[in-house]
Amino acid sequence: MQFTTTAKTLAAALSFAVIAGCSSGGGTQDGTGSGTMDTDGMTSGTSSQGMNSGQNMNVQMPDVMTIYFEFDQETIQSKYEQVLNGHAAYLKANQSASVVLQGYADERGTREYNLALGERRANAVKQYLVMQGVSASQIEVVSYGEERPAVEGHSESAYAENRRVVFDY
Amino acid sequence: MRQMLRAALAFIVMALAARTAMAANDLTIEITKGNDQAIPIAVVPFKGEGTSPGTDVAQVVADDLEHSGRFDPIDRKDLISLPGAGDTLNYSDWKMINANYVVVGKMTPEGNGYKISFELHDVLGQKRVLGQYVSASRDQLRAGAHFIADQIYKKITDVRGAFSTQIAYVSATGTDQNMQFTLNVSDYDGYNARQVLSSNEPILSPAWSPDGKKLAYVSFEGGRPAIYVQQLTSGKRIKLTSFKGINGAPAWSPDGRRLAMSLSKSGHPEIYVMNLADRSLTRLTNSSAINTEPSWSPDGQHILFTSDRSGGPQLYEYTLGSGQVSRKTFTGPYNAGGHYSPDGKNIFMVTRDDSGYHVAKQSLENGRVTVLTKTRWDEAPTIAPNGTMVEYATQRGTQGVLGLVSDDGKAEFVIPSTKGNVREPAWSPFTD
Repeated sequence: MQFTTTAKTLAAALSFAVIAGCSSGGGTQDGTGSGTMDTDGMTSGTSSQGMNSGQNMNVQMPDVMTIYFEFDQETIQSKYEQVLNGHAAYLKANQSASVVLQGYADERGTREYNLALGERRANAVKQYLVMQGVSASQIEVVSYGEERPAVEGHSESAYAENRRVVFDY
Repeated sequence: MRQMLRAALAFIVMALAARTAMAANDLTIEITKGNDQAIPIAVVPFKGEGTSPGTDVAQVVADDLEHSGRFDPIDRKDLISLPGAGDTLNYSDWKMINANYVVVGKMTPEGNGYKISFELHDVLGQKRVLGQYVSASRDQLRAGAHFIADQIYKKITDVRGAFSTQIAYVSATGTDQNMQFTLNVSDYDGYNARQVLSSNEPILSPAWSPDGKKLAYVSFEGGRPAIYVQQLTSGKRIKLTSFKGINGAPAWSPDGRRLAMSLSKSGHPEIYVMNLADRSLTRLTNSSAINTEPSWSPDGQHILFTSDRSGGPQLYEYTLGSGQVSRKTFTGPYNAGGHYSPDGKNIFMVTRDDSGYHVAKQSLENGRVTVLTKTRWDEAPTIAPNGTMVEYATQRGTQGVLGLVSDDGKAEFVIPSTKGNVREPAWSPFTD
């Protein structure tokens, strides 16, 4: 109990740290200059799109469509920031493009609760993209929870491959 | 004479075994754990059963009684004599093999089926305590057997039997983008399965209306989750909700007029109640946490639900009217998917400990938690309408199967699936 609560708090703190990191350093990481986002990601995003659209007309859709999560976590791991920044750049450069963020969980626990966990993960990705300046109207979140596992089985490696968010353009 | 009987019996059993194997298109129950304290009962093969097509009625009766965890049917090979309904019983024979009760029967051809006469004898009291008959067509012999088991169960335990009830469940095959999902309804023991819905998108959370005529469920057909309500006889259905985000966990109120559900249209999953007459929604919870898996108390006054507002998932109880919320579970880091027992005195739920996810029962009177199942991935408990048995989803190898456990955890069975991963069982109410 205690441990879980602590872990959660820690997770929340980490999550905040990651987002804060994006806010201040996002512009330097992928060179798209998404700018500093405060509370109003959408409005700031629009202005940053204006800034970027000219140079990013031919931004390619990234190859990597799936990012993975730790057990019981929705924190975006820093190793995926580049992937997400790539998607953000693509979406900003192609405002008519839209994406469905499919959220997934591993099979452990109840199905309905896992739907909620999957949605939380997809929402974390959405929030990240919006903070990078993507219009929220280009993003839809659909959680599949533990339905449609990428890999069957009860191993840790199967679980790790199933805790994911998939970009579905 | 006895040898002849034995030989004849062996032939009958073999013939029946062959037929059962042929008819095993759905599910066959295996015993995982027996109950030492169960009442020993002899269920004698019914006279005339050799002529019945495919269904060993006495065996179905014995299996039903055993599934309740209250009875321990005596092995057929230990039966000393094989009387039928109407025959005189030598009670001392039955006392010798420690049978407290004896069930005998007789099947007489009638129309396109049978008249099945059956009797229950109390060995210690040395008297017949039940004598009835039931008529069943050839394809309704299992239903006839379940009816008989219900009568016997009621006579001995004074609790209504739930062997004539049904379950709804989901079966899935394939992985990732190549999956097929079906929603099915079968007898409580997995036999007589029929498909209600088939989809290449996920189906989950079936829930019976209190009159047993409709199923609410979540279906992702079209790529988005929606809650549907389907009439079982006509197949006619309506899409009840398809809000942005999660449309999940439908749960009927005991009067059948409202449906509780989890919707994330506000940004995160909250518990709502929909009035089915005008489809108006009332939001019950308001926290930034996950709120899902609502379940109504039998008196309709409370809704149990899962929330992670304190960190991990725990069960909370919402009181309708006052809007008061109180936390119900404190044992362990993970308690979810709660349901009230039909008498409202216990909750059944999924709990996690070091050895995995198990079905547990918690008393609402003293808070005591009893873990009922022992395998690693047990979830989705659903309770028989008489409160005596619980079905749940579990795993055998990499296959999803249904488990059946008595409400005290003493008797446990597996209903293996021959096709696909079976999960999300929902026990029907009494339907008459």
